[in-house]
Amino acid sequence: MGFVRNPKDVISGLLFIALAVLFAWQSRELTIGTAMRMGPGYFPLLLSGLLGLFGLIVLVNGLRTPGEAPSGIVWRALILLTLSTLLFGFAMKPLGFLPALGASVFLSTLASRKFHLMTALIITAVMCVFCWAVFILGLGLPLPLLGPWLGGY
Amino acid sequence: MELLDNLALGFSVALSLQNILYCFVGVLLGTLIGVLPGLGPIATIAMLLPITFGLPPVSALIMLAGIYYGAQYGGSTTAILINLPGESSSVVTAIDGHQMARQGRAGAALATAALGSFFAGTVATFLLALFAPPLADLALKFGPPEYFALMVLGLVASVTLASGSVVKALAMIVLGLLLGLSGQDIYTGVPRLTFEVDELADGFDFVALAMGMFGIGEIIRNLEDESQRSLVAAKVKSLMLTKDEFKQIIAPVLRGTILGSFLGILPGGGAMLSSFAAYSIEKKVSRTPMRFGRGAIEGVAGPESANNAGAQTSFIPMLTLGIPSNPVMALMIGALIIQGITPGPNVVTDKPDLFWGVIASMWIGNFMLVLLNLPLIGLWVRLLTVPYHVMYPAIIAFCCIGVYSVNNNTFDVYTMALFGVLGYALVKLDCEPAPLLLGFVIGPMLEEYLRRAMLISRGDPMVFITRPISATLLLLAAVALVMVLLPAVRKTREEAFKE
Repeated sequence: MGFVRNPKDVISGLLFIALAVLFAWQSRELTIGTAMRMGPGYFPLLLSGLLGLFGLIVLVNGLRTPGEAPSGIVWRALILLTLSTLLFGFAMKPLGFLPALGASVFLSTLASRKFHLMTALIITAVMCVFCWAVFILGLGLPLPLLGPWLGGY
Repeated sequence: MELLDNLALGFSVALSLQNILYCFVGVLLGTLIGVLPGLGPIATIAMLLPITFGLPPVSALIMLAGIYYGAQYGGSTTAILINLPGESSSVVTAIDGHQMARQGRAGAALATAALGSFFAGTVATFLLALFAPPLADLALKFGPPEYFALMVLGLVASVTLASGSVVKALAMIVLGLLLGLSGQDIYTGVPRLTFEVDELADGFDFVALAMGMFGIGEIIRNLEDESQRSLVAAKVKSLMLTKDEFKQIIAPVLRGTILGSFLGILPGGGAMLSSFAAYSIEKKVSRTPMRFGRGAIEGVAGPESANNAGAQTSFIPMLTLGIPSNPVMALMIGALIIQGITPGPNVVTDKPDLFWGVIASMWIGNFMLVLLNLPLIGLWVRLLTVPYHVMYPAIIAFCCIGVYSVNNNTFDVYTMALFGVLGYALVKLDCEPAPLLLGFVIGPMLEEYLRRAMLISRGDPMVFITRPISATLLLLAAVALVMVLLPAVRKTREEAFKE
């Protein structure tokens, strides 16, 4: 791609334009109204246009002035940490607080290149006890320790 | 004296046992996260927001405020001792502070930072008490066009004072505004920008967005570079300053305090900008600028006073106008709204206990920090030896529990994961997420004032120009925007941020 001189700006510009289109498309069925009586669609459409315009400027800048490419993405951390957050969400209702927390914490320790099984197990155990003490005992959050799938309520 | 009565009221609120306790917890936590690199006040306050729901509003705000200014203290300690600024505002402190430590003057540097911060904090607290009520009175006379203009100025100023590309920051603000509009339209009740998802009927959850971007996204980024930091902590001998050193820091502390107080009020200002500006001023006025970078005590005194003063006075626009000047203040507004309080000029008159209590607590908190920090330095340094790969799973766990407990809703957890990925992607593209958060909080307010203003003027946009206050504010915004886009100014600005 010889004409892309600043990959970071080009990607950001495209991202902004894509989001602008997405938001504009989302507002397609909203009443726009007049400047005096603005409907729910007026301001979102105005902002979408503005976002698209800024995106375009960033894009053009990226084609004109040279810059660096983004550094490598840490896929391992990105995927594992996202998964561990999602896992907490999925497991919370059916399995309950402790299993969800333990599974999520353990999964998150895998994201580091310095992962070590013993350390990870210790961190998981410590976090479970600590969070139980702080959030359930201390702050009294009404979260079931074990969910319905594990014989809880 | 009305001011004295008000301060007396404030201290009576702030000195209640419960509030002293929350203030203490706040400054302790603030120092802790200030010491730890990779965990900033934004992520911490976002994590603690759910916990504050159960507290009375005064206590909640006292604790959250303590975290913010406590972080400025903590960051400077590690910057001086091991050249590792825990907080972005103490980056400049590390330059001369750590050199002093290497020359065996760590104690003097720490004492300078503590004294300078305490002095600046005291002055800024008084400024806050002095100027906030008249400003709130003025703001009560504001109509919708003035508010709209003020918010535009705030958003524009926050861009021009931040580092990085201006257009990208503007785009991030607009993106934040759009995300903030998601949910029900206030006038018609029509759901909009919900992506056909039922759970988004009330819009994106503020806590989930903040924690995703500043908690999860930040952790992913920190895991890019896991090289071991070598920790060689300097020994702290005496915390006393010599008479000469004391004389040397008086002027820089005063200059830093004035500068920081002023920059803190400006939208987009706050602690970080203040410390950078103070350092370059000290270097300029010094008769021996070559000493800077080699352990000049002025290079610690100026920025440290400035960042603390800036952290305090940035509360002025938030408490009086309901407009956040930086992301931390945006979170504070979020906390108030969740508590059922609409931030704005009415807070001073309707909730004097809240307003004056928070102000008084800042002075108490600053005092606690001096007492707390100096004796605990050894402990803070030892904390730094906790490796990051042991620390981050705990942050993930707190984020998950925190965001879930707000509404007992798993959807918020998924939202957080989504914003974590988005936050990481944006940082990789050099788009700072802070303006987005600002836009997210201001979005609904901005739209409401625009619609009201246009309704009053019968659809005539000239209303923003014919009313003097709003015209002035918009003119300032335009000037600020033109300034940063001018090539000459742009160059010096880039250089200033490189330092």
